[in-house]
Amino acid sequence: MSNRIACIAFNTFREAVRDRVLYNLIAFALLMSAAAILVGQISIGIERLVVVNLGLSAVSLFGVVIAIFIGISLVSKEIEKRTLYTVLARPVRRWEFIVGKFLGLAGTLVVNTFFMAIGVFAALLYVTHGFQAADGWIGIALYFIILQFLMMTAIALLFSSFSSPLLSAVFTFSLFIIGSFAQDLRGFGAMAAGLSRWLATGAAYLLPNLSSLNLISSVAHQQAVSTQLILTNTCYALVYTAMAVCGSVLIFERRNLK
Amino acid sequence: MAAIEILGLEKTYSVGFWRKRPKHALRPLNLSVEDGEIFGFLGPNGAGKTTTLKLLMGLTFPTSGSARILGMEISHPLVKSQIGFLPEQPYFYDYLTARELLEYYAQLSGVAATERSRKVQEMLARVGLNDAAGTQLRKFSKGMLQRVGIAQAILHDPKVLFLDEPMSGLDPIGRREVRDLMEELKQQGKTVFFSTHILSDAESLCDRVAIIHQGELRGVGAVEDLTSSVEGNVEIVWHGNSIPAALTALTTECHPVGDTVRAVVREANQDAAIDAVRKEGLRIISVTPVRTSLEEYFVRKVQVSQTAAGVLS
Repeated sequence: MSNRIACIAFNTFREAVRDRVLYNLIAFALLMSAAAILVGQISIGIERLVVVNLGLSAVSLFGVVIAIFIGISLVSKEIEKRTLYTVLARPVRRWEFIVGKFLGLAGTLVVNTFFMAIGVFAALLYVTHGFQAADGWIGIALYFIILQFLMMTAIALLFSSFSSPLLSAVFTFSLFIIGSFAQDLRGFGAMAAGLSRWLATGAAYLLPNLSSLNLISSVAHQQAVSTQLILTNTCYALVYTAMAVCGSVLIFERRNLK
Repeated sequence: MAAIEILGLEKTYSVGFWRKRPKHALRPLNLSVEDGEIFGFLGPNGAGKTTTLKLLMGLTFPTSGSARILGMEISHPLVKSQIGFLPEQPYFYDYLTARELLEYYAQLSGVAATERSRKVQEMLARVGLNDAAGTQLRKFSKGMLQRVGIAQAILHDPKVLFLDEPMSGLDPIGRREVRDLMEELKQQGKTVFFSTHILSDAESLCDRVAIIHQGELRGVGAVEDLTSSVEGNVEIVWHGNSIPAALTALTTECHPVGDTVRAVVREANQDAAIDAVRKEGLRIISVTPVRTSLEEYFVRKVQVSQTAAGVLS
């Protein structure tokens, strides 16, 4: 069972690599090089702040775009091109296929983030001429960004298991935007009364709370991250991701492949 | 034992946006395919052949009915390891090479790691793709993709094979090779269930055929039973160009073909016709009973249903 999932995951990763998805790293490298040179010339005293902010934001944006645009086509492309037929005609369960596809894309994003993280640290080294202890928190921020990617991939997969690629892209991107302001939605829910309060609070808990996973600003200001936050956010992101993947499986198990 | 048993399998889709109406892709189908048979599933385009295969592969779910493969329900986890499937106009991961694709499928089919490379190599040789093993599938022609499709279907040594239009896209040599391969699989005791609308392939290969049209089974039986003479006519061919006068009253059809004459007579008039030809001193080349070709049988079955539909409407 695990062998089949690993096999599908590896093939998904191989597809991303051969379809030149990792070429985004070139654009990222160019961006970080330009930013490091430019920041070194125009910023006085805030080079670190600017590079960390810009670098981590770029990591997040590049990754989310990949998570959404590949995530929405993970299943639909296989159905449309009928490559799925010869896979499901083998002893492969539908849930194994979904989990394998998810893990394959998640693996691609982790590898992508790893290389982008090297770029961020290289740019930081260029402008600050050395690392500080607080720079370790950048690693935690990157870890949270990966958790965001897992959630977005699972959501994209959920939509793609029953909707068209275009609608899936719209839905997933909308959830990304709303989820990035989930804390504000919770704040609104706390302030509102009556039905609005229930609706806002309900929506805030249902939608992905991506804002709690965004530590870019705090680590740029060299603020420490508590262990409790790391544990809570890890649990939250993993449970949310697992639920979205389970939703995809439930839908896909009943789907007629035309 | 029946290798494939289809028991009232039915598929109905809902079509229309506002007012949904049912569309019967497959009306209750009952069919049994014996172990070790080559079974042809014939029908014009849109007849329900691919729908049936998709239902058997678990790619779509039946509205009602069930099916068993090797005595197990099609939803049984063990079934999939015993079957091989070639979809119609197969499309594979085109970023993979032929070898990588077969290795991927071998892994999914549970072929042991120690045997995998050998099996893949063997399959590539068997379908004549040894030289193209390292080429990405996006550079393959339609015929080459069909060969890869056949290789992936038989890679894990399945007991029952489902092939949807296996000759499609192949040149005459490729078609001949696939026919030989199917014969070989039969010799090995495999059951082959294949859909086609190339009737000559079905006629030369199949032990039995079924004809499906508009989602409904129109006929099933052994090829020789379906193509045996039903009118009781005999064809007489003789050398020369002259047609004996005594023969004109006996023949249903008589015309010269090159330096021979071909006449069709009722079986009851066979001796009289032969005597008439001999009396003229003409040399008889052959006397053979007229058999209905599978194509004629097929066309008749399809036309009957179309006429019936016309009468009803």
